[in-house]
Amino acid sequence: MKEAVEIGKNPAAEPNLPDLMAEVARGDTEAFAALYDVVAGPALGIVRRVVRDGAQSEEVAQEVLVEVWRTAARYRPERGSVMNWVLTLAHQRAVDRVRSVEASAAREQRAALLDRTPEFDEVTEQVEARLEHEQVRRCLRTLTELQRQSVTLAYYRGLTYREVAELLSLPLGTVKTRLRDGLIRLRDCLGVAA
Amino acid sequence: MRTADPHTLTGAYALHALDDDERARFEAHSADCDACTQEVLELRAAAARLALAVTVSPAPELKSEVMRRITAVRQDAPRTIPLARPGRLAARAHRMSRWVPAACLAAAALFGGVAVWQHDRAEEAQDRARRSERQGDELASVLAAPDARTRTAKLADGATGTVVVSKGLDRAVFIASGMAAPPDGKVYQLWFDDGGSMRSAGLMDPGRTDEAVLMRGPVDKASGLGVTVEPAGGSTEPTSAPVALVDFPA
Repeated sequence: MKEAVEIGKNPAAEPNLPDLMAEVARGDTEAFAALYDVVAGPALGIVRRVVRDGAQSEEVAQEVLVEVWRTAARYRPERGSVMNWVLTLAHQRAVDRVRSVEASAAREQRAALLDRTPEFDEVTEQVEARLEHEQVRRCLRTLTELQRQSVTLAYYRGLTYREVAELLSLPLGTVKTRLRDGLIRLRDCLGVAA
Repeated sequence: MRTADPHTLTGAYALHALDDDERARFEAHSADCDACTQEVLELRAAAARLALAVTVSPAPELKSEVMRRITAVRQDAPRTIPLARPGRLAARAHRMSRWVPAACLAAAALFGGVAVWQHDRAEEAQDRARRSERQGDELASVLAAPDARTRTAKLADGATGTVVVSKGLDRAVFIASGMAAPPDGKVYQLWFDDGGSMRSAGLMDPGRTDEAVLMRGPVDKASGLGVTVEPAGGSTEPTSAPVALVDFPA
């Protein structure tokens, strides 16, 4: 078994993700390819969830990954894991995309938003049904109904909290606190630290 | 509604649910609010788990397109003025993590009743789904682990294999990219390399050329992984020379 050709990379290079980012920041395209393999699936996943349209999602995901390459030197390990950094960026760009599309048709968007109201229960339900990970799903169940609806509408649909408030017919302040309390509960249940 | 205490906006901010004006106002406030900054980082980490839960497998073309594009993109220079004050943030993160598991257990106990009710609805299907979900969840945990280390190897025909190991979780994930389909009736089987003796770590999906697989079983003292081609269903020990051997990162 051990005689088989070792195909490991340079044995001196044994990067963890932050080290890999440092190599990417120095312009190492091989390191970027390795980073890509780890982060591209989750990044495309969240972009697609928010943007929905397949072609647009691919476009946004490409932009995100190119931005990771471009801004690698700005990554700061003390502000969270590489994965969190990439996914925060991916979600931000996905939201930017849907909002710019919506801004160009603001009136129609508002009408559509109100139109969607009757089916929103079903949408939230679907999102939860398709969640791949038991732990995330279990933790979402620890949220109150309003917290869960607010968090999933904001995150997976890319809505502002004003839009969430309108959809759920709740005061702005209520949605604001539901988002915060819901995420805090999720954070505690998942045991995530920054 | 009273004029908002900006601190309550951490959740909406972490979810990108503020409009531009409010975001600017919140950022101005949090520049002087360490508690806000820390909370945003933690809430973003929680939101990232919502993203990991909807991971997909990108088409190989996405990678070639991105790799092509970056050759024409000049990278930004690093910022030379540190924005965060790392020592304090790190200390806070440590304090946090100690009480989190208890809260999690309590929540799990509290909502166990809901889980039972749901289970009754479609027992068998959910059981199956749960098994694969649990794997997906563990896979995500390995990828997001603070001690995750990776190593990438070139495989035959331009394929690449990346291994991600978390010592803390004692689990490993193998991510194959662009692997040729195995011959008919064969599968790729993963093995832990325990000092030259091979311990099965599960099978890859023969229908996919790009796949992230949570390796079955603990990493333990394994020094690397091997991939062999085996008859469908897999073998108890390798029956062919490995098509790939990748040392685990130290």
